[in-house]
Amino acid sequence: MARALPYLLLLPASLFLLAFFFYPFGLVVVESLTRGGEWTTENFSRMTGHWKFSQAFWNTVWLAAIVVPVQLIMALTMASVVQKLKTGRSGLLYIFAIPLGISDLAAGLIWLAIFEQSGFLNSILHAMGVIDRPQLFLGYQSLWVIFLAVCLAEIWRATAIMMVIIVAGMGLIPKEYNEAAEVFGASRWQRFTKVTLPLLRPSLQTALILRILMAFEVFAVVVALGGTTLPVLMGETFQWQFQLQDRGVAAAYAMVILGLSVAFSLVVLRLLHVPKGARI
Amino acid sequence: MAEIVIKGVAKSFGAFTALHSVDLTIADQEFMVLLGASGCGKTTLLRIIAGLETPTHGEVWIGDRRVDHLPPRERGIAMVFQNYAVFPHLTVFENIAFGLRMAKLPQAEVTRRVTRTAELMHIEQLLKRYSGELSGGQRQRVAVARALAMEPDVILMDEPLSNLDALLRLEMRAELKGVLAESKTTTIYVTHDQVEAMSLADRISVMNGGYIVQADRPTQVYRNPAARFVGSFIGNPPMNFLPAKRSENGRWQVAGQDFEGPETAAAEFAIRPEDMHPAEAGLEAEVRVVEPLGPHTLITAQVAGQPFRAVLESDRAITPGEVITLAPIPDRIRWFDPETQKAIA
Amino acid sequence: MSDVTIAAPREEDVHRAGRFVFWAGIALLVLWVLVPIWFLFVNALSAPSEVTSFPKRFWPSFDLASLQFFWNFQGVTAALWNSVKVAVLTMVLSIGMGAPAGYALTRFDFPGKEFFRILVIMTRAFPLPLLALPLAVMFIRTGLDDTVLGLALVHTMLALPFAVLITFSLFSGIPVELEEAAWTLGCNRLQAVIKVVLPLALPGIMASAVFAFVISWNEVFAAAVLTIENRTLTAFLLQSLNVSPLPLKFAGGVALVMPALIFIFAVRKYLFAMWGIANR
Repeated sequence: MARALPYLLLLPASLFLLAFFFYPFGLVVVESLTRGGEWTTENFSRMTGHWKFSQAFWNTVWLAAIVVPVQLIMALTMASVVQKLKTGRSGLLYIFAIPLGISDLAAGLIWLAIFEQSGFLNSILHAMGVIDRPQLFLGYQSLWVIFLAVCLAEIWRATAIMMVIIVAGMGLIPKEYNEAAEVFGASRWQRFTKVTLPLLRPSLQTALILRILMAFEVFAVVVALGGTTLPVLMGETFQWQFQLQDRGVAAAYAMVILGLSVAFSLVVLRLLHVPKGARI
Repeated sequence: MAEIVIKGVAKSFGAFTALHSVDLTIADQEFMVLLGASGCGKTTLLRIIAGLETPTHGEVWIGDRRVDHLPPRERGIAMVFQNYAVFPHLTVFENIAFGLRMAKLPQAEVTRRVTRTAELMHIEQLLKRYSGELSGGQRQRVAVARALAMEPDVILMDEPLSNLDALLRLEMRAELKGVLAESKTTTIYVTHDQVEAMSLADRISVMNGGYIVQADRPTQVYRNPAARFVGSFIGNPPMNFLPAKRSENGRWQVAGQDFEGPETAAAEFAIRPEDMHPAEAGLEAEVRVVEPLGPHTLITAQVAGQPFRAVLESDRAITPGEVITLAPIPDRIRWFDPETQKAIA
Repeated sequence: MSDVTIAAPREEDVHRAGRFVFWAGIALLVLWVLVPIWFLFVNALSAPSEVTSFPKRFWPSFDLASLQFFWNFQGVTAALWNSVKVAVLTMVLSIGMGAPAGYALTRFDFPGKEFFRILVIMTRAFPLPLLALPLAVMFIRTGLDDTVLGLALVHTMLALPFAVLITFSLFSGIPVELEEAAWTLGCNRLQAVIKVVLPLALPGIMASAVFAFVISWNEVFAAAVLTIENRTLTAFLLQSLNVSPLPLKFAGGVALVMPALIFIFAVRKYLFAMWGIANR
């Protein structure tokens, strides 16, 4: 009985993972590789053959490539600033953490309030006398503005999660290491790059993997700001599943997102690998 | 009546053997101390008696019941933990009452016992506080009171004083001894501190490498170590050992001196540092370090190339580099078998 | 001597400039987080005519017409109610399965433990909302399609790994001796958990439950894929994005943001503790 107890406690969660994680993922794989009950790569060729695919793919990748590094730097800055503060620390942390609770859809709507034609950006520019008539920022003629707006919304929304993970990670680093480095003559910047950052690697791993995954799953922000004007992978998946009713191609898209996610997770794990003996 | 009998108890964790077939009998109302360095198996043995670990082999009897497959709650024991384990979400009163409430005692009895044990441990003014508002010493008292309130057959204590500072430890040690003698329970007490062991125990079980090396009264353990390990572990500084060469039957050459010894083929000479005095004839010791300790002076020296310590009266000035002659008190000399490491009677 | 007297104020100037930059940076970051939310609230608390007018005022007129319009809009209250039901169900399911698993991982050593832990961590490297695609088919077969329970199951899949890891870290923080002490004082395993472990872990468990609630409340993709009649608020807003007027969008945005803000505030103490160890 005592020996079986841990397994009994794990049983519900394990069965759940099996039924709602492994089984459905198996289904996606099968679905992406079959059509009408036969094994084929047609779903993939249909997907890549569609004119929107390469746009969606590169939009997604570029979005991640721009947003994630900016967020990493911002999150590190926020975390270091908070770390230095003596009073008002928890208040500031709460403010910085607010976007963590905000969904991507709400974030999209928030930035829509800024970028739409009668929105706040137009109003500010008008008040400063830069423009005299409101501009259409989010039209299909100016894709790059939509792209920029999506970038801003994503940076605004998802920096918080990285910041929280990094602050938590910094909390685990004993102060003595930094003090020791200071005694040995390291400057503030050297202490950050030579002591804090290396010791932060496990947290950076978590933060980056989580964040990169979220970047590849970008969806509602884009829909809220640009409708279908700016195609992204997740949006296309949704389109094929619903508007075009083609589950095979939707599954193929899912495989692409999955592939990207796993590949980049592995890259991050590799780059930020911490040898076993070198952990705090 | 709670005699504890441990029969052939062994415990392994995977490839590591923490206890090798231990046999021990602890008499009713006896204060038994399990003494040893960390990793010797003393805590494992205590936890097996408590029911927090299951032995790989062997039997544990408390009173006339075999308990080794009973959960802790059915063994009639109470335990004091090294870090006290005072429940942080309950007041001191509720902490002490915890076990009594589990036993479904009537409220009046609960209050009576909590008040009595709290008074016994001098914490009656703390009953409304939470663990976070107590000092380490106070938490310690709560933990003991909580165990005593159960009026158990057996109290088990796992290094209860090791987290206190030195002065408090001294004070609590004396107090524990009094309270536990009063309560007339059988006590098993685990410690790595030999002074604590000597001062508290009716009997000490010295443990090493998963074995009980000697179980005897404190003076016996000190004066007549059953094995070389016991001599080298107990006493501060520990026993001195010197190789001995057999010259004729019952006579031994130790560092050039002639001693009367056992009639065996091989033996090792041993003497406690305080069992020597400077004399005309004796062991020649080349002094290396002199440490005045107030009432005595501790000498670290070399005898026949072996490290050697002596505790001498501090009236004579000794300087490093000096060669002094030390005469062992004849009836304090002990002999060990170099092969088995056991004492030669 | 004169050198020193000249150098001293200069150094102080540098120091003062540094402090100014530091506090200005903090102010900027705070504005960056708060201003967009402020804009959303300005829109939601202004009359519909003001929302679409130009140029905009930067202060709300505290006209509740937009919110009223939103509240009375066909399907909104039902969607809100669905969101709450799904989120509560997700909360209960993920903690109900996650907490026992977290407990087993902390308190027992058993073959397969590491395997399970890695399994749970691994799920984070997969884009989980994609699960909705195969599950849509599975649910149609089992009659779970377009039901609150069906969506809650998918959201539980999102929240469960967090629940396991967070409760794991919570239980690890409770010394095992407390439980052992309870056993020696007459408790069996379950009684010790109820009387000692749960009271101590409860605030943390509540925090992770709230976290599960927010995950579900905010989720867009799976909700949009899996519900048709029984839309949650996110799915409802997403589906009506290109047809609904601006005031509806912004009022909806506020409805999405409000609970999240309150919840994050409620669990702010645990946010960092949760992530600190969930890292490992």
